[in-house]
Order: sequence, then structure tokens, then C-alpha cells
Amino acid sequence: MIPEIGQFALTLALGFALVQSILPILGSARGNSLWMRSAYATSLAQVVFTMIAFAALMRSFVVSDFTVLNVVENSHSLKPLLFKIAGTWGSHEGSLLLWVLILTVFGAGVSVFGTNISAGLRARTLSVQAWISVGFFSFMLFTSNPFERVFPPPTDGQDLNPLLQDVGLAIHPPLLYIGYVGFSIVFSFAVAALIEGRVDAAWARWVRPWTLAAWMSLTAGIALGSWWAYYELGWGGWWFWDPVENVSFMPWLLGTALLHSAIVTEKRGAFKSWTILLAILTFSLSLLGTFIVRSGLLTSVHAFAVDPERGVYILWLLGISIGGSLTLYAWRAPALDAGGLFRPVSREAGLLLNNLLLATATGTVLFGTLYPLFVEAISGERLSVGPPFFNAAFIPMMLPLVFAMALGPFLSWKRADLAGVLQRLKFVAILSGLATLTIWYLTEGGPALAYLSIAIAIWMLLATLQEWAGRIRLGDVTFRESFRRARNLPRASHGMTLAHAGLAIAILGFVGSSAWKSEQIVFVTPGTEVAIAGFDVRFEGVERVVGPNYVANRGTLTVELDGEYVTTLNPERRSYPVSQYSTTESAIRSNMAGDLYASLAEAANAQAEARGAWTLRILYEPLVNFIWIGSAMLVLGGGLSLSDRRLRVGAPKRASRSIPAATPAE
Amino acid sequence: MIARLLLIITLTLVPVTTALAVEPDEILSDPVLEERAREVSRELRCVVCQNQDIDSSNAGIAREMRILVRERLMAGDTNADILEFMVARYGNYVLLRPPFNAQTYALWFAPLVLALFAGGIGYTVMRQARHKTIRPADLTTDEEAALQAVLETSSDIEKNK
Amino acid sequence: MKRMLYASPVLIAMIFGGFFLWGLNPERDPNAIPSVLISSPAPEVTLPEVAGTGVPGFSHADLVGDGGPVVVNIFASWCVPCRAEHAVLTRMVNQDGVRLFGINYQDQPEDALRWLNELGNPYERIGSDLNGRAAIDWGLTGVPETFIVGADGTVLYKHVGPILGNDAISAFTTALEQARQEGSS
Repeated sequence: MIPEIGQFALTLALGFALVQSILPILGSARGNSLWMRSAYATSLAQVVFTMIAFAALMRSFVVSDFTVLNVVENSHSLKPLLFKIAGTWGSHEGSLLLWVLILTVFGAGVSVFGTNISAGLRARTLSVQAWISVGFFSFMLFTSNPFERVFPPPTDGQDLNPLLQDVGLAIHPPLLYIGYVGFSIVFSFAVAALIEGRVDAAWARWVRPWTLAAWMSLTAGIALGSWWAYYELGWGGWWFWDPVENVSFMPWLLGTALLHSAIVTEKRGAFKSWTILLAILTFSLSLLGTFIVRSGLLTSVHAFAVDPERGVYILWLLGISIGGSLTLYAWRAPALDAGGLFRPVSREAGLLLNNLLLATATGTVLFGTLYPLFVEAISGERLSVGPPFFNAAFIPMMLPLVFAMALGPFLSWKRADLAGVLQRLKFVAILSGLATLTIWYLTEGGPALAYLSIAIAIWMLLATLQEWAGRIRLGDVTFRESFRRARNLPRASHGMTLAHAGLAIAILGFVGSSAWKSEQIVFVTPGTEVAIAGFDVRFEGVERVVGPNYVANRGTLTVELDGEYVTTLNPERRSYPVSQYSTTESAIRSNMAGDLYASLAEAANAQAEARGAWTLRILYEPLVNFIWIGSAMLVLGGGLSLSDRRLRVGAPKRASRSIPAATPAE
Repeated sequence: MIARLLLIITLTLVPVTTALAVEPDEILSDPVLEERAREVSRELRCVVCQNQDIDSSNAGIAREMRILVRERLMAGDTNADILEFMVARYGNYVLLRPPFNAQTYALWFAPLVLALFAGGIGYTVMRQARHKTIRPADLTTDEEAALQAVLETSSDIEKNK
Repeated sequence: MKRMLYASPVLIAMIFGGFFLWGLNPERDPNAIPSVLISSPAPEVTLPEVAGTGVPGFSHADLVGDGGPVVVNIFASWCVPCRAEHAVLTRMVNQDGVRLFGINYQDQPEDALRWLNELGNPYERIGSDLNGRAAIDWGLTGVPETFIVGADGTVLYKHVGPILGNDAISAFTTALEQARQEGSS
């Protein structure tokens, strides 16, 4: 009964979405305010019914209702409760339900929090948002119904892939989806603005908080996914340039560009059509990600079960939404452009450089990800484009970007004095040079690119700090006065400092853990000692432990540093009898300097196995925690900006409607 | 569909090892050669895996390929020789860094072309922003009419020429 | 010019969409890897016999000759799909007179022997590939894999995975028929 309620609720939500997709936009065209206001009720109704559907599915998972096919395929009665709940979004159908739930939540968010948005723009935005809802609700109901029943019900389920039974991965998809889907609002805003034919400072200011919220979530989602790969896959890598990683990274890159270009549109009225294009493309790339993961177009480790029929359906959705919005753009955008004047050295120019580099990087990743498909379509031959290509193409673009990031915040609007800025950064340059030399001396060897990256990251970090210190005049005035100034600075300004510094720190982590990683792989029997990065690790043995739905071999490692006991590590090798999977649970001793990372597996060599040996893999990854700390700072920085009063209440009054459309805001 | 299902079954049944990537017995005693082996392994795709290099793959065939890489290094092959050896057997598919040839010019030049394109746009925008070329949108009468049709409202649009 | 610039995103998106539509063609298998061996000579490897089977091993020279095309099947006793495929191969040998060579991949001779004793031995020759090197020369991706080698020693066809199901069997026999005709003309 409950699953039927869920399905019925979904159908109702589709109905409300259909109404919302037509009525408000028609109302704003006709000036019928009642029709326009109807979006308020329909968007809330969509959320309520989608929530009911979601709760129904979650209940089926929690009580292990094996009459529901989705539960059978992705759950098991012995699975821990947390993973039963997470199982709700572990499959294609369930994750799609989560996807539309977030979509409707964001739509309702505009209804509820968007009271300062002009009625016409809000109505149009909500209608556009409902078009997306209609597409995805119908996609679910027609091709991927999560409530499908199975008869006769099996006695137990097939279990969720154990690799996915992990806290990190249980919350990774929701965060990622909030990011992807959050950009839908920005997309709807952009399309509504194109329909309205007007983009002004108020528009840009309304777009910013939504972009920020989506971007924060996406940042957190990607970082969490990397972290999961790092500790769960057992070889200490955190980024593999897999197509599925790439499709989450591309909206992030463009979303970052959008965050910055929206500032220019808001403050200076420039880059209007560019901001609109970014808003459309960022969400388009999110949709592309959804398409690639669910269509089986490219081979990937993470892809859902492949079904070409679903792929065709999503491709239609993509064609209509992306094709439609970009056609609208081609038609209406030329009338938008015009903006403030600025010189080639100015904050505008700096942000332009930021945008162009980010867009180029996104284009490169997109092209590289899809290139095997292009080649196959044209010549029938197969080709691989892997990490060596992406590293070679991507990193050279990021270094100048990061270098310039140090300068950007010092530049003033319209016209800036670059020589003066460089003069102010003299000490930062010297200091980062010295720091790099010190690191070079201490590490005795490493790739030149690694030292260059470190130098640039330190340069950016110090420059960011100096800019912040300059703002609160730290050192120039009394500490109290500085503190007062810091409190009076807008939160968005602190947010920027925190996020920029976070990126610099994350880069130090990327470089440290990839350039100076050390590794020991040995067969061990109880008593074997391994030396790595100054640590002495003794393998004590393996014991068998039984978990709720798995059995594990748990190793014990005693770690010593200079003869003193440091810690005990317990890497596990788990096997899940139901799904017949084995997973590696690595054990990590973590601090700021780096991670000592151990994983254990059965020896692949028959002789070694015969004498009871295990394969022990110990890694030392210097600075790897900087990646997670830096990512957290990026997210917190975004949060600080989001909490800025100006974004919450202070949206400027929109220019009165009698001002002609498509006239420069001057 | 059936064929693919069967393929998946076979692929998961490639030699039954539960190991993780490089195994201790594969490692060469010469650290320089071993480092080169790792380097080469990271350039080679595990042919049964999905976007994984043989260095980090636990598939049986990846292990065989790793051992083969090391054997050839011991025999005095250069890194390029080994990659060539693998390409002769598995095609360019086995290379994670696509070779630079007619088929991949578009890929390798893409970043440069994109950067130049972006540079062009940047230059145009800067020039516009420097010289005052701002003028109201110049819509033709036809476009104006089309706009009207879409908006179906006269309040949004006024003649702005 | 300016209009073209604004229209370029939608044009690029359309081109991408075209490729995606092509990529969704249900005939396309994104996991298939075309073999580079097709139309080139079979690898020059000499494989010793598997002790106890009573059939000799083989080298490149044994594939060439006027005995018609040879089917080369890579198998192992630990490979479950091979067991299912064994019946199909046996039938081909008994009914159609196919010349079948086997490459026993990473298998202990005693295991292979037990497997063949249990299921029967349809192979005319079996080469032992204990360390798996020969299989890499054949471009192996997973066991089983089956090749058709023409009378002149050229590899004509490759099938990845077990030859099971009507589609796979008919595709394979068609290719074999073609190889025979080419050989006789």
C-alpha cells in the first residue's frame, strides 16, 4: 500500500509541475497576478508530494519491503540501518527521486525566500523550474519507477554494493545532487531573464546566493567523494579523471566562473550575456553529468546500470532544455550586452581572465572526456584519454589562474595600478620564494612542476592574507581597531579570503601527496617489520571478526617512530557473502604532516599465501590533509559569503518597469 | 544485451585474484627500474577495467601486464619500446596518454585552440570596454516584432532607438 | 559575426547531441575493444603441450597450411564460462569438422587434465600458456576468447567471451564459413 501511495504522490507532483510550467509564465505575460502567484502553491505542493514519495521509498528500505523491486535489488535485511536509509538513493531510481526532491525544494525555496524578487521574474523563473520538474517526473514515471513491485517477493535482497556501504558515500550523493540541482535555479533565473529581456544588478544579486549554495554543496560533494575514494579504494589515490568525476568537476569549474562573473554583473553591470551563458552552461553540464552516468555512453567505474532507453529519454530532456535555452540565448543575448567601462588592468579585467581560464579548462576537460566517443563515431577505433592527458592539459592552465588569483583582490574596479600592487606584494614574493627554497632543501628531490606549484600556492596564500590584513589595517592601527574593522567588513569579503586561502592550501595538499608519496608493498607474516618515512611498522597478525553483514580479517600493526610507540593500525579486509564482494578498509594515522596509510589483502602469490603471508601496502602521503582542510575552507568561505546580510535582505530595488528593456544600466 | 551480460560475467571471472594492484613479488630489486616500471604502468590502461591504469588495477590481466612490463625492462627495453609492444597487441586503446597523430591532433590542440579562442573573446571585450562603443541594442524591426510576440506585453519593451 | 558568436553555444551543443545520439545506438557496446590482430598474422609463439592430454602443443607453423582455417580458443579450467562454452565448441568439432586449437591459459596441467577428462577433449592441439605471456601476444582481455585463423595464418575473427547464445554462435559460424571459402578460392 505504502509504495502505491508513493507512486500516486509522484503522479500528483507531476500534475502540479504541469500547472506550474504554464500558468505563472502565462500570468506574467498577461499581467494576471493571480496566475503568477499560483506558483507559490504549486511549488510547495510539488515539494510536499515528492517528500511523501521519498518517505514512502525510504520506509520500504527501512522495513526491508521485498515486494518492491528496488529494495530487492539494493538492500538486504541484515544491512545496518544507516545503509538501509542510504540505500534509498543508492540505485538509479532512488537517486533520481532524490534528484527531483532537491529540484522541487529549490523551486519552493525561490517561492518562499524570493519575496524580494520582482513578481514577473519570480513567476517566470518558477515556470522554467517547473519545465525541468515535468521532464524529470515523467522520466521517472515512464522509465524508472522506484516503486515497481515484484511478485512473488524474494525472501531477502541482493544487498547494496558494499563499496557504497560507507558513511562518506552515504552522504556524498545528496551533497553532489544539491550542487547539480541547485544550479537549476540559476538556470531558471537565466532563462527567465532572457524571456524578460532584462538583466540588471538586481538580477545578478538574486542569482548569487543560489549559485553560492549550489557551489558550496558541489564543492563538499566532490571533496567527500575524493575522500571516500582515498580511504576506501585502498591505494590512496583521490582523483582519477574518471568520466564520472569529470562530469562533477565541470559544473564546479563553470560554477566557480559564474560566482565571479555575477559579481561583475552586479557591481558594474558588465558581462551580462556572459553571466547568463555561464548560468545556462553550468546547469547544462550538470544535466550532461546525469546523462552520462545513467546512459552507459562512456565506460566508467561509477556508472549506474545501463539502459539505452533511459539514455534516449534523458537525451531528449537535454536536447529540449539545453538546446532550447541556448537557442533563446542566441536570439536574445545580443540585445543584452553593454556594460561599464574598464581598463585592461582592473578588477573587471582580472575577473575576465579568471572566467576565460576556467572556461578554457572546462572546455578541455569536456573535450577530453568525450573525445573517445568522437573518435569512435568517426573512425570506429577505440582510444583512451586518461590521467596523463588531463594532468598535462589541465595543470598548465591552473597555474596562471592561481598566480593571478593573488593579484585579483588588490585590483580596483575600472582602473587599477598593477605596478603598485606588485610593489606591495614584494615581500610576499620574496617570502614565497624563500619558503619554496626551504621545501626544496628539505625534500631533496622532486619534480620541477611540484616546486613551481608549491611556490605559486604559497604566493597566493600569502597574498590573500596580506590583502585581508591590509583591509583591516593589521599592524598599522591598534589591534582593537583592526578587530573592529574586521567585524565591520562585509562577510562576503571574509568569505572570499577564506575560500582563496582554502584553495591555496588544497593545492599544497594535491602537490604534496602526489609528488612526495612514498610506498612500501610487502608480504608480511606476524613479526615482519617495515620501515617507511621514518616510521617502523610491525605486523602483529590477523584475526577474524564478524560484522552485521560481513566477515572480516582484521590486521594489527604497531607503529613506532624513533623507537617510541605511536599508534596501532587495524586495516581490514571485509567480505560480504550476499553480494560476494570484498572491500578493503584501510587504516590511517593522520596528522597535519601527512597520513600513514595501511591496507591489507590476501597474498596473490600462491607460495606466499601458503606460508600464511598477507600483502601489506603502506603509504605515506605528505600533506594529504591539506586537501580536505582546504576544501572545507572553500565550503566555509562560500557559507560566510552566503550569510552576508546584503545577499539576504539587501537586494536593491529593481529599476522601475518603465525603463526600456535592453538598455545599459547607466 | 545478453552478450553484454555474459561479457560482464567473464570479465569478473578473469583470474581469481583478490589482490590490490602491485604485489610484493612483482617488485624489482633495482629501485630505478622499479620506478620506471611504475611510470610505464601508469601510462597503460587495464584492458578489462574501466579507466584504470594497470598500476592500480587488481584484475588478473593487469598483473600479467605489470609483470611483462618488468620483464621487458629487465631485458633492456626503453619505456617507449614497452608502450609500443603493448600497442602492437592491444592497439592505441591501451595508452592512457593518447599518441600524437592525425587521429588525436584535435585532442592535443584543443586546449591551445580553446585558450586562443578565449583570448580572442577577452581581447574583444577589453577593447569594447576601453573604447566607448556602448550603444543601445540594435534590433531590426522583424526582431522587434518577434520579441513583442514572445512577451505579449507592451510594458516590457519600448522602442529604444 | 556577433550573432554567430552568440549562436555558437547552441551549434556546438547540437553537434555534441548528434554524437550522443549516435553513442546510444543499442548495437554499440561501449566496452568492446576492437582487436588489432584482425587481418594481421597470428602471433609467432610456440606453446608446449599440456602434459598428459595426448595432443601436441603448437606453434605458428601449425596454424598455416592447407588444412583450412583453424579456430583458436583460449580457455582455463578455473574459468566458469569456458565450461558452458565447451559444449558449443565440441559440437562444432563433431558436426562441422572445425579444426580447434586450444591455448590453456594460466592453468596447472593437472587441473586442465582433470577438466578435459571430465568434459571431453575436442581440441586437436593444446598449447600450454602457464605464465600468460602467449595470451598477451594474442591480445587477450579475458578468458575465454576465440579466434579464427585463416589457412595463410592471418587472424580473421575474434570473439570475446564465451560463444553462447544464438547471436554469437551464428556470427561465429558465418565468419568461419567465410574463412573457409576464402581459403578454398
